[in-house]
Amino acid sequence: MSEKENKEDIAGLKLDQRILELLAKLQEIELEDFEMEVGDLEIWLHPGAIVAPPVAPSKVLPAKAKPTQIVEAEFILPIETYPGRVVEVKLGATKSEGGTRGKSIVIGGESAPAFYTFEKPTPNPPVISLDVFDMEVPLAKAVKMHVKDVMGDPAAWAKLAVEKFEADLITIHLISVDPLLKNASPKEAVKTVEEVAQAVDVPLIIGGCGDPNKDADVFEEVAETFAGERFLISSITRDMDVERCAKFIKKNGHVALSFTPMDMNLQRELNRKLYDFLPKEDIVMDLTTAALGYGLDYAFTNMERARLAALMGDPELAHPMSSGTTNAWAAREAWMKMAPEWEPRELRGPLWEVVTALTLLLAGVDLFMMMHPAAVKTMKDLIRQLMSGSRGNSERLLEWVSMKI
Amino acid sequence: MGFHENIDFGAFRAMSEREIKVKVGVKELSPIDVYKLLPKINCKECGEENCMAFATKVVNREVQIEKCPPLLKKEHEKAYKQLKEMLKPAVKEIVIGAGEKAVKVGGKLVMYRHELTYFNPTAIAIDVTDEMAEEEILGRIKRTEEFEFEHIGQILKLDMVAVRSTSNDPEKFKATVKKVVENTKLPLILCSLNPDVLEAGLMAAPKARPLLYAATKDNWREMAELALMYGCPLTVFAPNDVKTLKSLAKTLLEYGVEDLVLDPGTFYGEGLADTLNNFTMIRRCACKQGDELLGFPLIGVPMVAWMDSAETAKEIVTWREAYLAAMLTVRFADILIMHSTDGWALLPNIILRQNIYTDPRKPVAVEPGLKAFGTPDENAPVMFTTNFALTYYTVASDIEAAKINAYLLVVDTEGIAVDSAVAGRKLTAEKVADAIKASGIENKVKHRKLIIPGKAARLSGEIEELSGWQVLVGPRDSSEIPKYLQEKWQTQT
Repeated sequence: MSEKENKEDIAGLKLDQRILELLAKLQEIELEDFEMEVGDLEIWLHPGAIVAPPVAPSKVLPAKAKPTQIVEAEFILPIETYPGRVVEVKLGATKSEGGTRGKSIVIGGESAPAFYTFEKPTPNPPVISLDVFDMEVPLAKAVKMHVKDVMGDPAAWAKLAVEKFEADLITIHLISVDPLLKNASPKEAVKTVEEVAQAVDVPLIIGGCGDPNKDADVFEEVAETFAGERFLISSITRDMDVERCAKFIKKNGHVALSFTPMDMNLQRELNRKLYDFLPKEDIVMDLTTAALGYGLDYAFTNMERARLAALMGDPELAHPMSSGTTNAWAAREAWMKMAPEWEPRELRGPLWEVVTALTLLLAGVDLFMMMHPAAVKTMKDLIRQLMSGSRGNSERLLEWVSMKI
Repeated sequence: MGFHENIDFGAFRAMSEREIKVKVGVKELSPIDVYKLLPKINCKECGEENCMAFATKVVNREVQIEKCPPLLKKEHEKAYKQLKEMLKPAVKEIVIGAGEKAVKVGGKLVMYRHELTYFNPTAIAIDVTDEMAEEEILGRIKRTEEFEFEHIGQILKLDMVAVRSTSNDPEKFKATVKKVVENTKLPLILCSLNPDVLEAGLMAAPKARPLLYAATKDNWREMAELALMYGCPLTVFAPNDVKTLKSLAKTLLEYGVEDLVLDPGTFYGEGLADTLNNFTMIRRCACKQGDELLGFPLIGVPMVAWMDSAETAKEIVTWREAYLAAMLTVRFADILIMHSTDGWALLPNIILRQNIYTDPRKPVAVEPGLKAFGTPDENAPVMFTTNFALTYYTVASDIEAAKINAYLLVVDTEGIAVDSAVAGRKLTAEKVADAIKASGIENKVKHRKLIIPGKAARLSGEIEELSGWQVLVGPRDSSEIPKYLQEKWQTQT
């Protein structure tokens, strides 16, 4: 290693350390600032109820005279009713439910657009799954620095993700089964899943390698070995033997992730195929996540439209939505070293993931598959804040105008 | 879920085009509605073949009705006024600033971008205060003016400067505003809840048409007088109280102030849900219920993240401010006031803004032609792709990420993705052969081997015939390019 590289590396490490400390601090601060009791959900009060409206002048003003008092206007909450409702899907099964997980998680159930809490409270908070890979994979530096000690050890990685990074679920990506990579056997994949299932008791998502035939073989083996666990099988695509997959998912009590490439019509079509074998409550859908700057607008609008269609009564799209938010890191600007004015990338990268996730949260995503611990932390805090129903302090806010920084 | 899903943008786009319906507020407008009111003489003065073609463009907001000269004549005055009313956006368009850097905000026709498109991207203002040192003020102005980033062929920039009075001293504010207008032509937002302070600021910038921030339930009369006297747009600020906000809007309109901007308050932490609710309710009232009192641009203030932040690391506050800004950009903010000028925090936001304000009806295209990656020599591989921006940038970033030296020929498919372009005859062997000839690539490489996208495989034979080049069918997804080149190109050469 040249001296120059060496120096950069040291500087990089220092920066990383400092940012790690900052992010650790972020965690403390957020927790101090904000406490929420579970089940402490208040009914959302409409804004007019807090500050008494000024009294309107009762006399009719002469035309064109400038008002001398506030002229009261009527404001009625613009509430719409929706004929449709997103189904609730339960992920993971506890002992009493036929599995071994410490808890199960319910997603979906919305009967209003995402966080339109003036209409309806959000029934189930969106949840976050952290990605764990079964072999070493190339990762952005900003991500790698958090997981480098556990790479290649999926059980340890999963444990770190749950205990330190507060993952609600774990996605174990079985990429070593890829015939073009290690071509690991379904039995080996089962062993990996076993290790992860032993290490953590959160619900699991089983990720494949992208080869439609091999994935079906691997998923079947995993589904049978872990019958009753309600794992989310990620994913079932149009180029797979959909009937075969749906059957072993149904038979062994798991959940299908129905995945299509950014096309609502294809999503409907695949869901319809699944309906022949699976109840609606066993299907989550993924309409594809593109990174901020690289098609996020397509992903956002596609998901927003799918959710609005579901609420307007389209039963074929009335499923909870999942997002492979990790795709945010496919954007160069998330990981690349850039000119000094855009640095440090250690912050730019996870923020890229946050903005991608946040945008899709507002489109209606229920389940995020994510990567960077700081991004996960921020999304969890945000979701907690949005779910809490805590009210903003109006009088206090007036002070922003003259605040000193 | 892998990293490189096979994204079929082309199919998505085709579907969205088919389903497009034009909605204006609560009204749905068809070209016939517009046509009926046009002179119907097919004079072609507008540049269109006939009045119906013009009407279609008007409905799609591709052309203004003023482009029809006969319509502006006295005898069509009534029809013109009717059309104006019919085409009025649900959210009023307001101009801030004067001169060539003036910005337009609002002008939204729809609540959801898939219903048409969003006009006038969220304008971002960076703040300075009347207690900052001159050097700092000038530094922040310079940073705001010079800030730019190129993405998908567009230069993304910041738009405005917000001058806040933290001193509450009219003279100080006046001096600061004076300094600011001497150093920038960017539009201003003058911020103080004290009308005397704002008036002093306006005296230093009497013709600049800044946005005034803000009229509240306590100072609205004085603020209205200032807005009228200086001909400025005025912000209405009623934190977490849409009813009061609406009442104030009504009052100010009756007072004679026509250009308003609404601030229902941006809350960080507690009240975050209120923020989303208020922005959403207001935009819904405007777009879906035709509520004219709430049909004004919305201003969000992500910099509230800096309140009570003295004990917190700067990076953390910047981080919070950045995600608040993102949230507000997605949920209807037309203007944002921000404090941090850090590139790592602003970059995701200006890119998000570009994404959200991309017209979903139009394919985004890049300039066709030959692009060189790295330092290609005479043995470098030659590939081609389409000029659909997302296809192009995906391919380009995959090539760049793998640090490959190669030529990429960008063929003009009118901005359509590979598979749709093949199906729709926008990508043909003739076009590819012509592009090869026109690009001059034959003088740059010794070989005659063209790697084509997997999705264009069926054009192989024809391309070979017409161009005289040997065709190698490449991967269906550009993420496979590095592997493909490693396995196939090296054995070939």
